[in-house]
Amino acid sequence: MSSAAGGASGAEAAPLYGLVLAGGRSTRMGQDKAALRYADELPQLQRAVQLLEAYVVRAYVSVRADQAAEPLRARFAQIRDAHDNLGPIAGLLAAQAQHPQAAWLVLACDLPLLDDATLAHLLRARAPTRSATAYRSSHDGLPEPLCAVYEPRSAAALRAWVAAGRNCPRKFLLSVDTELLTEPAARALDNINTPQEYGSAMDLVRQKTAPAAAATRNLSVQYYALLREQAGRREETLLTSARTPAELYAELSRRYPFSLPAEMLRVAINSEFRDWATPLQEGDAVVFIPPVAGG
Amino acid sequence: MVRFEFARGAIDTASLQRTLRDPACGAYAAFEGWVRDVNEGQSVRALDYEAFEALALREGERILNEARERFGVAHAGCVHRLGELAIGDLAVWVGVSAAHRHEAFLACRYIIDEVKQRLPIWKKEHYLNGDSGWVNCERCAAGAAHVAHAHPAS
Repeated sequence: MSSAAGGASGAEAAPLYGLVLAGGRSTRMGQDKAALRYADELPQLQRAVQLLEAYVVRAYVSVRADQAAEPLRARFAQIRDAHDNLGPIAGLLAAQAQHPQAAWLVLACDLPLLDDATLAHLLRARAPTRSATAYRSSHDGLPEPLCAVYEPRSAAALRAWVAAGRNCPRKFLLSVDTELLTEPAARALDNINTPQEYGSAMDLVRQKTAPAAAATRNLSVQYYALLREQAGRREETLLTSARTPAELYAELSRRYPFSLPAEMLRVAINSEFRDWATPLQEGDAVVFIPPVAGG
Repeated sequence: MVRFEFARGAIDTASLQRTLRDPACGAYAAFEGWVRDVNEGQSVRALDYEAFEALALREGERILNEARERFGVAHAGCVHRLGELAIGDLAVWVGVSAAHRHEAFLACRYIIDEVKQRLPIWKKEHYLNGDSGWVNCERCAAGAAHVAHAHPAS
């Protein structure tokens, strides 16, 4: 007989709800941080909601009452702060009051380097029998409260913490039995408060996304029959960002007056017939084959 | 033994036939394709064959192997001309030797049909009226353009 798994796994984890914190005043940034854009062109708030939606039953945006009608925030289901001047803890308090049965995945909206892998790792490592699960900062070793899971049992402790006049969420996580994880990628949880930090994060985001977008390869292309006449050459080598023969033919069709649509052609790579979606590799020799007429 | 080859000059069928001889074979079947003076109503003066040789040689060998496996023939070969040909010239030769005539005929028919469909070989016809065109390309390209015009996007 197989043994029952130990201790904690017998208890059902509370349903996970998501909360993106967008109630800040962005004083140091001088513009609304929720609306900032990086390489993927989405406002930060929307990007954070999309990242988190994959993991939660419901997603909410935490706002101050006077921000509720702001157009970007008005697109999302909201939970309004009930306390002023408590900082991010006000959002979590309001969420726990509204849905006390839920565990909350809390995310700040100003984490441009946060990626899906970091979020996935947090949720795989979630410890539902603890009060919270959070990463340990790669900068100072303290808990990162704004990319963390707060279980229902943390609510009473948090209310007591605030009632005692405290409002630092990092110290709160240190005061309870928080499961602390090592950050998988350095800087993944850097938050952005000033125009200088925004600029430096923008550079990092560009470095992460640019190599994929601008990847190019050297190819040789040989032309036969009608395509040879229309290209005005037998062969050429070129540097292209085309990833497949289909993309390459589209690119060449903008340069040469090809009359044959791709549907009428076949493709060979390195002297073998291949599919139009075959990924092109550095150094490949590509031939587009017009309708044949041997015999 | 003959395999698939290209020829830039006249094809010597007598010597090709000798390479297929085999004491175990009682049958030899061959096909010859000749340049005709009319195609689709237009008078043809001459034509040019062009091939993507690296791929055509591989694919041609595959076709010959398929014929041997499917029909159990002993030997099979095919030679295709390249370059400019005149009316009446031999453009393609297929030869097969086998124990009996039935499989020899079948294999010969199979090889020429597959060669015409699969090998990257193109034929440009030069017409008596001075025009020229790539067979199977120009007309279909014009047809495709016509379809596009008949159903404009948006």
